[in-house]
Amino acid sequence: MGTLRAMLTDEEIARLLGGYSRREGVADELFARDGTLRPVWRPLLKAIAEMSAEDLDRATARADQYLRDAGVYFRQYGKAGSAERDWPLSHLPLVLDGQEWAGIETALIERADLLEAMMADIYGEGRLVADGLLPPSMLAANPEWLRPMVGVQPRGGYFLHHVAFDIGRGPDGDWWVMGDRTQAPSGSGFALETRIATNRAFSKIIGQSNVRRLAGFFRHFRDALQGMTTSSSSRVGILTPGPLNDTYFEHAYIARYLGFSLMQGSDLTVQDGKLMVRTVNGLNPVEVLWRRMDSGWIDPLELEEGSRIGTPGMVDALRAGAFTMVNALGSGVLEARAMMAFTPRIADHLTGRPLSMPNIATWWCGDEAAREYAIENLGRMILDDAMSTRLPADQGPSAVVGGTTVQGEPVNPDWVRQNGARLAAQENLSLSTAPALVDGSLEARPMSLRVFLARSIGGWKVMPGGFARIGSLDQGHDVAMQRGGSVADVWVVSDTPDTANDTLLPPSGTAYKRSDLGVLPSTAADNLLWLGRYVERVEFNIRLIRAYHLRLAEMGAGDYPITAFIAEQLSYKGIDVAEPIPAQLTADLAAALRSAGAVRDRFSVDGWNALVDLQRTLADFSLRVTPGDDAARAYSVLLRKIVGFSGLVHENMYRFMGWRFLSLGRAIERGLDTLYLVRACVDDAAPHGTFDLAIEVGDSVMTHRRRYTIETDRRTVIELLLLDDMNPRSVHLQLEALREHAEFLPHLDDDRITPFQVRVVELVTRLASVRAEDVTNRKLDRLIRDAGQLHMLLDANYLH
Amino acid sequence: MLYDIRLAIEYEYEAAADSGRHVLRMMPRTIDGVQRVVAASLDCAPLPAERSDRVDFFGNAVTTIRYDRPLECEAFHMRARVERLAGQTIRFPATPLAALAGEITAHRDIGPDSPQHYLAPSPRVSFAAQVTDWALGIVAGAGDTHEAAWRLCTALHSEMTFDPEVTAVDTPLAEAFAARHGVCQDFTHIMIAALRALGIPAGYVSGFLRTNPPEGQERLEGADAMHAWVRVWCGEAAGWAEFDPTNAMEAGEDHVVVAFGRDYFDVAPIKGNMRTAGGQKSTQQVDMIPQG
Repeated sequence: MGTLRAMLTDEEIARLLGGYSRREGVADELFARDGTLRPVWRPLLKAIAEMSAEDLDRATARADQYLRDAGVYFRQYGKAGSAERDWPLSHLPLVLDGQEWAGIETALIERADLLEAMMADIYGEGRLVADGLLPPSMLAANPEWLRPMVGVQPRGGYFLHHVAFDIGRGPDGDWWVMGDRTQAPSGSGFALETRIATNRAFSKIIGQSNVRRLAGFFRHFRDALQGMTTSSSSRVGILTPGPLNDTYFEHAYIARYLGFSLMQGSDLTVQDGKLMVRTVNGLNPVEVLWRRMDSGWIDPLELEEGSRIGTPGMVDALRAGAFTMVNALGSGVLEARAMMAFTPRIADHLTGRPLSMPNIATWWCGDEAAREYAIENLGRMILDDAMSTRLPADQGPSAVVGGTTVQGEPVNPDWVRQNGARLAAQENLSLSTAPALVDGSLEARPMSLRVFLARSIGGWKVMPGGFARIGSLDQGHDVAMQRGGSVADVWVVSDTPDTANDTLLPPSGTAYKRSDLGVLPSTAADNLLWLGRYVERVEFNIRLIRAYHLRLAEMGAGDYPITAFIAEQLSYKGIDVAEPIPAQLTADLAAALRSAGAVRDRFSVDGWNALVDLQRTLADFSLRVTPGDDAARAYSVLLRKIVGFSGLVHENMYRFMGWRFLSLGRAIERGLDTLYLVRACVDDAAPHGTFDLAIEVGDSVMTHRRRYTIETDRRTVIELLLLDDMNPRSVHLQLEALREHAEFLPHLDDDRITPFQVRVVELVTRLASVRAEDVTNRKLDRLIRDAGQLHMLLDANYLH
Repeated sequence: MLYDIRLAIEYEYEAAADSGRHVLRMMPRTIDGVQRVVAASLDCAPLPAERSDRVDFFGNAVTTIRYDRPLECEAFHMRARVERLAGQTIRFPATPLAALAGEITAHRDIGPDSPQHYLAPSPRVSFAAQVTDWALGIVAGAGDTHEAAWRLCTALHSEMTFDPEVTAVDTPLAEAFAARHGVCQDFTHIMIAALRALGIPAGYVSGFLRTNPPEGQERLEGADAMHAWVRVWCGEAAGWAEFDPTNAMEAGEDHVVVAFGRDYFDVAPIKGNMRTAGGQKSTQQVDMIPQG
């Protein structure tokens, strides 16, 4: 280290690097082999060295704040189920020289072309097997080699459209491919968020550093996907397994960013050889599907029988050439690590020259000579499942590292011989270390890069940077995020500024095929409708519970008819007022979050955060709120927060179809809640004080005071909360809202108005033409019955 | 022998079921030198909204249908006239067990009839230690693949009890083996697992058995419904042979093949479950009558 520091001219950089210790026999990203600082890092290090500790803290806090505000999370699986975790950002980007990067790009494009050729052969002619380049028994044992796909030509001619490679730098400083990600690689969306967050922290530095931009990559890929549609009515879908997937955030994010529809298997159906999405407008053709799930789950009829997230008939539609699957089903066959034992020879055979970037040396133990070689050299190998798609350092339960089993015993060579076909050995490559920012100084951590490639109209495009995985100290080379690794932005720095068009906007003057925002899958519509209902339900119940505690605070504990009355009304909603924060209230809010979570691609990040904040507050209150005055205050806080959510959504949400369904849900819930409350409060058996209660919960105290000089009575309650056409909380106005929204909903094929519309109009007419004195309890009961069927009518028309 | 075969599979639902798509593998296939389909038809009632026919990876006849409304009942009726040739047993010597692995390695083919598909675990057949140990004991000292398969076939027949009441269509083979009870599907899956554990390629055959035996012979087990047996690769020279462990015999003139696959997953006569809230009743009936 002494010599290292002596070579640095800049004292501040030296201080920053004071604790940076490289490992013997391992390459490093900061320092070249000769021990000199790689020049490309100097501006960043210098800028950071010049920052005070407080400035640096503020900078990293800005990045974290961005990720929290944007709601970036991934799902982590553990013994006790799964949970959403904040995105683990390693604040310091990895800096790579533009020239070195150009070499990486060339090599990986070459490899992507090779993999495409291998796919075409494996699912086509089978020459690689016939020519002895690929052992047939290994291919036959690969669970991702999907026999139903053999002989199916992909529409448009290409099997692979979006791939990633995990690469790492070996001890000699050269790059190695450690994993081919051809199934449905995730991370490109996270890379973009990681870039934005890092930019928040070091915006000044990035601005001065000629860092290549990422957006162009997405623009090219979006245009390529859009370009594969043949008619303006068909669309590009992003197929997600749903909110419980570990990278669902990314699916929703990418859909929002690129303007494509997020779809789940249950949204899709195959009819007459065509793939269709169920939308509120009926069935709509889908011509391009970018799948973010493994092939096996796609079609329960021909692939995994147990899949509940697939679409029966999807394979048939592919056979019929009805749509382009990105990537073709069965592309996961290339990910098995044993394949890497054969890729170099295949490259040689197909292209006549060796790979520009080698993959990590691999031996498939089903081959006798390879197996015996591996057994001889176990000391420098990792032996693991031949079909595993994990990185070499991410070991399975029967892995053997350096000849030692997971149980810590030397492996028996006969076990390797008996299980040869199921095992592959890979050289135990020591990955380079890269700096991570820890408590204001830099520490060396193992690093690997994930590089994304997308097939654009002009050929493969490489995302210039974006995604480095940084391991933690105690984990050797294991950089898996599921095990505590973190992710750093990657800056590819060139000598000249990046002049590429760096936004998603088309160059001026070109026409851009905009995807239609109006198409709303039925399940998304259903979730938005329920989100509207649940949020409104929570708000209404907060008002009612607050009214209870206000009276408790005013009158003290005791058996009063009015508090008993409120408690009874709440009990009909499953709420027990004896609990200061009733479990049912928490459950309803959780249901709202579940619905919102399923439509995050259509839903503002601020709105989502407001709901999450409300949930946290509710959880916090439930630990410490006491009945009476304390609770009444707490509910006022909750009320302000939930009204804030509604404001965010209804003021700021774009008025497309999704917003209509959200608003329909709100109006249906508010109308029904108000109807029930009014009916109970005007009942002959209701105790004294219920008219006031109705006006208070209906948020109409001021209005009442202004409009009537008299006390509340049955007539004023009915007039104000039921019939008034100016009170935003009256049932009449809810029905007016339903009528207006219904006009914007898709029409039936024959242009008749829907049964839902018929019912709404009929109810509006009923309320508009009646005087308060004539509204009998019987009429109220009939209103409740008829309005109670509105959701069902809507459901029958649009949500199936 | 020429046969007329009828298969009827019917479902009744208490509440109308959302049925959607089905994939059907019910029609016999032609196999060069083994059997010839003279004529075959498959009727679905009610009439599906959509229907298509194709051949799958393994060369089996597949019919895909789609219904566009909920159904209270479904019926599939297959009729076929099939000629099954006599003398199915291998014409060339089976490969000695010790030489089999070398022949497999040298077999550079991944087409539907390649032994390569039939060595690794498949969706319904995984290795089970107790089956492997049992198989090693049974074949100890066997000279070639054909003899090993025959020993397993007869040993299974004598140790297992045919009992339709004990296992279901999704009973794991290890469970059926532990109980030594099961139907033809269990016999078949266990024998496949045993053969693969020994490194002998083995696959699943679905098909039909002659309903009434020739005079003086006993009625075979499994003739009332679709039957299952095992296909074994006996080496490069001998090729494939078929064994029926439920009846301790080589499949011959009394057997007609519908489909080949790695296990039941590849050949199930009907795929695509109906979603119904209430109960359901299903019946299956098979007649296979010699026409001379």
